[in-house]
Amino acid sequence: MTASEEVRLHISGLRKIYGLGTSSEFEAVKRLDFDLHAGEFACLVGPSGSGKTTLLKMIAGLMDPTEGEVVLNGKRVDGPPEGMAVVLQEYARSLFPWMTVEKNVELPLRVAGLDKATREERIAEALGAVGLEAARKKFPWQLSGGMQQRVAIARAVATHPSVMLMDEPFAAVDAQTRGELEDLVRRVWRQLDMTILFVTHDIDESVFLGDRVVVLSMAPTVVQDDIKIDLPLEREQLGTHALPRFAELRKHVYEQVQFAKTNPGGIHSSTDERRRTV
Amino acid sequence: MRTLRQIAIWVALPIILIILWWALTARGASFFVPQPAGLFSKFIDVWMGERLLTDVLPSLGRLAVGLVISTIVGIGLGVLIGSVRWVRWLLEPLLEFLRAIPSTIMIPVLLLLIGINDTMKVVVIVLGCLWPILLNTIEGVRSLDEVLKNTADIYRFKGWPRLVFVTLPGASPLILAGIRQSIAVGLILLVVSEMFAATDGIGYLIMNFQNRVAIPEMWSGIVLLGILGVMLSAGFQLIEKRILRWYYGLKEAANDS
Repeated sequence: MTASEEVRLHISGLRKIYGLGTSSEFEAVKRLDFDLHAGEFACLVGPSGSGKTTLLKMIAGLMDPTEGEVVLNGKRVDGPPEGMAVVLQEYARSLFPWMTVEKNVELPLRVAGLDKATREERIAEALGAVGLEAARKKFPWQLSGGMQQRVAIARAVATHPSVMLMDEPFAAVDAQTRGELEDLVRRVWRQLDMTILFVTHDIDESVFLGDRVVVLSMAPTVVQDDIKIDLPLEREQLGTHALPRFAELRKHVYEQVQFAKTNPGGIHSSTDERRRTV
Repeated sequence: MRTLRQIAIWVALPIILIILWWALTARGASFFVPQPAGLFSKFIDVWMGERLLTDVLPSLGRLAVGLVISTIVGIGLGVLIGSVRWVRWLLEPLLEFLRAIPSTIMIPVLLLLIGINDTMKVVVIVLGCLWPILLNTIEGVRSLDEVLKNTADIYRFKGWPRLVFVTLPGASPLILAGIRQSIAVGLILLVVSEMFAATDGIGYLIMNFQNRVAIPEMWSGIVLLGILGVMLSAGFQLIEKRILRWYYGLKEAANDS
C-alpha cells in the first residue's frame, strides 16, 4: 500500500485569527499548506497550544478559516463536506445513546439515502473490521471506553470516506486499550484502503501509526516539519517500538516538537525542505 | 419476591389509614365526614353505572384532547424556539409574561369569547398544560450535548432526519418530564373548568352534589379524581420507562464508573 499521487485533501494558505478586529485578536493558525494523497496515513503532531483543534475544525468544515482554503476532492470545503468522516476524542458523547451499536453505524448511511441492502453490507463490513459483530444489538453505554471508540471508528469507516479525520481519538483510553486501538487503526487502514489524517499530541503514537508525520509549531501555527516514516508496513506494538529505526524517528520528531514549543510562528530548524527523509 | 415486598410497602400505608379512618368513624361521625364502607358503596352507585358514560368519559375526553394539543404545540414550538436563536430572543420575554398568567383566570374571558362548551374547557387545559411541555422542550433542545451536535453536523444531518434521529430523542427525557407535569396540571384545570360552566363532567357533578348537600356522593367524586390521578400517572410512567430505557441505562452506567 503506497500513497498515490491523487490529492485527496489540499490545504493552502490556511489562516485563522480569532476575534478579528477586536482588542483580543488572537492568531491561532498563521499559515498552513499541505496535501494529503490517496492512501496516505498522515499524523499531525504538535505541542498543546499548537492550534490542532482549530485546524481540525477548519478541515472538518465546522469552522471557517480567516484566509486560505481547504479543498476535498477538488471541492472547496465550506461546511461539513461529503466524503469526510471524523472520529472525535469524546467517544462517549459522540455516539447516540438512544441507539444500538448497529443503528449508530447505520444512521449516517440511512441519512445519506443508501438502500437497505447496501447499508447492511456496510454495517457488517465496518463492525467486522473493528471486531464488534457480537455487540451489534448493544447500546453504547453498555460497552467499555475502547469498544465505544471502536463503534465510532466503525461508523466513520462505514461511510467509505475519502478522508477519515481522527482527533486525538485515543487520548482518553487506558494505555493497554490504546495499543490495541492503534493496531486496529493500522489494520483497518490497510484492509480498507483508507486515507487518514490523524491528529495527536503523542509522539510515539504519531511515529507508530503514520507513514508521514507533520509537526506543527506553537500558535500562530505553521508546519514545522514534514517527515516520512519509513518503517515497515507491517507494524505491531512490541516489535515496531523496539526497532532502532523507530527510536531514530521518534527522537527526530521529539526534537522537532521540542523546537516547536519554543518557536511560535515557525522558524524552520535545520532545513526548509519539506517531506524530507531523515 | 422483591416486587411483592415493594407492592406490600406501597399499599401498607393506605390500608392502615383506611383502618384508622374506619375505627374513628365507626361510632358515627359528623354529617360531613363519610364512613369507608358507606363511601365505597356510594362510589359504586354513583360512578360505576350510567355516569361512567355521561360524565367520566366526557371529562377524560377533554383532558386527552387538551393534553394531545398541548404536546403537539409544545414540542413543535419548543423545537423551533430551542433551535433558532433569534426566535428565542424575540419570544422569551413574551413567554415569561404569558406563563405568569394563571390559566384559570382566563375562564371568565373564555366564557365570553367561546361560550359554555367543550372547546372552552379544552382551551383552558391547553393554556395551562402547554407551559411545562414547551419550556422543557426548549431546554431539552438547547442543552443537547455539543459533541453530539458536532457529530450530527459532521455527518450532514439536516432537517427532518436530524429532528427525528437526534434532536427529539436527545430532548426526550426533558420533554417527557414536561408531559408528566402537564398531566397533573391538566387534571386540576379540567375539574376547575367543569366547576365553572358545564352541564356534565366530574367537576360539574361534584359541584352539583355539594349544592344538593349530597355529602357522601360529593366525597365519592373526590375519591374518583384521586384514583384517576394515580392511574394516569402510573400509566404514563410505564410509557416513560419504555421510551427512556436508554436514558436510565445511561445514567446507571455513568454512576457505576
